[in-house]
Amino acid sequence: MAEEAKNNEPSAPVLHVAPGPHLQDVNLTTRRMMLDVLIGLAPVIVAATIFFRQYAWLQFGVCVGTCCLSEAICSAIRRKPIPLPDLSAVVTGLILALSLPWNSPIYVSVIGSAVAIVLGKVIFGGLGQNIFNPAMVGRAFVMLSFAAAIGAPAYVLHTGENPANPIMDVVSGATPMTALKESGGVTPLLALLLGNTYGSLGETSALACLLGGMYLCIRRTASWEIPAGVILAAVVISSAIEGYLAATQGGGLLNFIGNGGHWGVLSEVLGGALLFGAFFIATDPVTSPLTPKGKFIFGLGVGIFIMFIRKLSVYPEGVMFAVLLMNSVTPLINRWTVPKPLGTK
Amino acid sequence: MTRTVLTPAGRGTFAHGVHPPERKNLAADAAIEVLPTPTQVKIPLLQHVGATCESKVKSKQELAIGELLADSEAFISAPIHASINGVAGMQSVATLPNGRHVPAVPVAAGENQPSAEDLFKDVFGGDWPTSGLEQYAPEQIVQAARDGGLVGQGGAAFPTYVKLKHNPEKPIDTILLNGCECEPYLTADYRMMVETPSPIITGALLAARACSAKRVLIAVEDNKPLAVDTLRRAARGTDVQVVVLKTKYPQGGEKQTILATLGRTVPAGGLPLDVGVVVINVGTAAALARAVLRGKPLTHRVVCVTGAGIERPGNLLVPIGASYRDLIDYCGGLKPDAARVIAGGPMMGFTLGDLDTPVTKGTSGVTVLTERDVQRPGETNCVRCGRCVDACPMNLVPTRLALASRGKDWDLAKKYHITSCVECGCCAYVCPASLPLVQLIRMGKAQMPKE
Repeated sequence: MAEEAKNNEPSAPVLHVAPGPHLQDVNLTTRRMMLDVLIGLAPVIVAATIFFRQYAWLQFGVCVGTCCLSEAICSAIRRKPIPLPDLSAVVTGLILALSLPWNSPIYVSVIGSAVAIVLGKVIFGGLGQNIFNPAMVGRAFVMLSFAAAIGAPAYVLHTGENPANPIMDVVSGATPMTALKESGGVTPLLALLLGNTYGSLGETSALACLLGGMYLCIRRTASWEIPAGVILAAVVISSAIEGYLAATQGGGLLNFIGNGGHWGVLSEVLGGALLFGAFFIATDPVTSPLTPKGKFIFGLGVGIFIMFIRKLSVYPEGVMFAVLLMNSVTPLINRWTVPKPLGTK
Repeated sequence: MTRTVLTPAGRGTFAHGVHPPERKNLAADAAIEVLPTPTQVKIPLLQHVGATCESKVKSKQELAIGELLADSEAFISAPIHASINGVAGMQSVATLPNGRHVPAVPVAAGENQPSAEDLFKDVFGGDWPTSGLEQYAPEQIVQAARDGGLVGQGGAAFPTYVKLKHNPEKPIDTILLNGCECEPYLTADYRMMVETPSPIITGALLAARACSAKRVLIAVEDNKPLAVDTLRRAARGTDVQVVVLKTKYPQGGEKQTILATLGRTVPAGGLPLDVGVVVINVGTAAALARAVLRGKPLTHRVVCVTGAGIERPGNLLVPIGASYRDLIDYCGGLKPDAARVIAGGPMMGFTLGDLDTPVTKGTSGVTVLTERDVQRPGETNCVRCGRCVDACPMNLVPTRLALASRGKDWDLAKKYHITSCVECGCCAYVCPASLPLVQLIRMGKAQMPKE
């Protein structure tokens, strides 16, 4: 039929009929957003490579590979087209890998990745449908199931000779957060900033997180309201604590900010996974609120929970749980922050 | 660049919105040409918001340009006039670009038609005074607008006389002429502002007199400096002010234009009237001047024929009822890669399935897009990125409205204020997931049970 029409009128173009708008910003696609996250992660990946060498890439390979494979298998079972070109599985795999210690056993990384994709994403209906950040679901699962292998103690299992990186004495020591919690040890600010310290692959270098995070915010792939909220909450709460300490025990401005001997406000922000979480984990659009106001509230909530967990719980670090907790109230925040249309009071 | 002189409170722009590629260069420098009288026009009896007109002519009746063809008793309606000299045919049905089937009267062209020069001179030429307009009483101007069949020429086609009619409860202080033309591609208003600014100024002063407004403003986007200059020159010696607004879509949406020029927010569900403003398109103002000063009804209008899919883009003065095919053929026809023919601009226009559709009073342009222009990346699930929220000029949450409409969840749609949507299409333009957001919302608004 169509062919016949073509033969009759060889030069007449076939006209589409479709509802408007007939233009679309083609530079902006889901795939492009995921690619942006990968570009934003580049400084973090470079830092991880410098400090953890091939061990970092082993984790990247295992996690990304498992995530993509799980996604492919699940899509095949559901008889849906395999959505690997959207790169979301790659992002989930990388974020998970970057939140694990370098010495996480391979079976743990594999299980974590599979759980992230299957329980974290696919059972909700795939991309865009999940309630919780998939990478954090995977990490929470393995952290609670294999506490000895990758929980806080894992970071301090190996002491002495560093097999990964001869530049550093030990790559496997207590993380700055664990050291603080257990012995009151304080990691210098410069180490927290540059990243030549212990911790998960992606979290050690605050500088790398800031660089990548800025890129994401400028590209507006990540909403700046979220990291702003997280950092603001952390700064306010730790300032309150430091202010109280300064009032009761004395100590100058340097103590307040944090330096050699004291864990201050700046140490709180630069240390641990706070910046990595603020820029790369909490900003997952799927599991954060829709409106700018909602995003800021979400960020504040994440920051508050991080500080609560750090200061009041047995865990040295709380980014993962803070994000998961706030993920669960995202629908509620969305409901609270329905914007008022133009012209209504 | 001309300096922006802002009148009180206007910031020259509005919150949110998008910046689609303008592509006005395709037709911006093409002077207005007169379309040779087609052999037949088909004049729809509903070309406006409001009641359908009834035909006042019999089959085979001889008609001259400007003769009354159809009228209605209803308050919100506008009479329709013959646009060429010729003979009326049997009343039939025309399908408008928006899919509505309306009665239409065909008129076959007679032998005696005005020449192109005469027609252009008749519509735009001659003297357009800016003083001595006191001789026209407000009621007289309103009546002329009604008798001339004037409707908004920006696209919505709301009967002009209804807007101008004095309403004792809602005094008007400002007449705002809309020369933003924020739709990409289109240049019909631009060409009128550049080539024939005088009738626009005169029409603006008459409109102000009709509703006793003290202030007359013309809003133009800053991507049209030439139009700003010619309007300012033509307005010299009058109280008409030209206000330059930031180029952004949908700056020409009347709620956005009012906000950007005057800093006033039209209440949701309300009209510009509620904030003391009457907004009319620049083309409508020119038609008003012609109707009042010369008693000539709206029979012709400027239509922009543009897009990468058209051989020779241009701006044409065409009789109402001419078919889109006539316009396209005059402009050299479609290129082989033409994919969509759109009545209006690419953001809010409707695609045509049949090129023999007649041009109406609200037709501002024909945009022909190519295969390349309309390619879209594949649709994915919503990733809740919130770009649509950042783009929506009405401050809505389009993704929620679209999904509520798709699921027919009217309670949710109302909770997210679906009725405030102006269907500008910014949300669908930015959506990284390529979701047809505004399309779903439009469907939802149409299907939602009325209260």
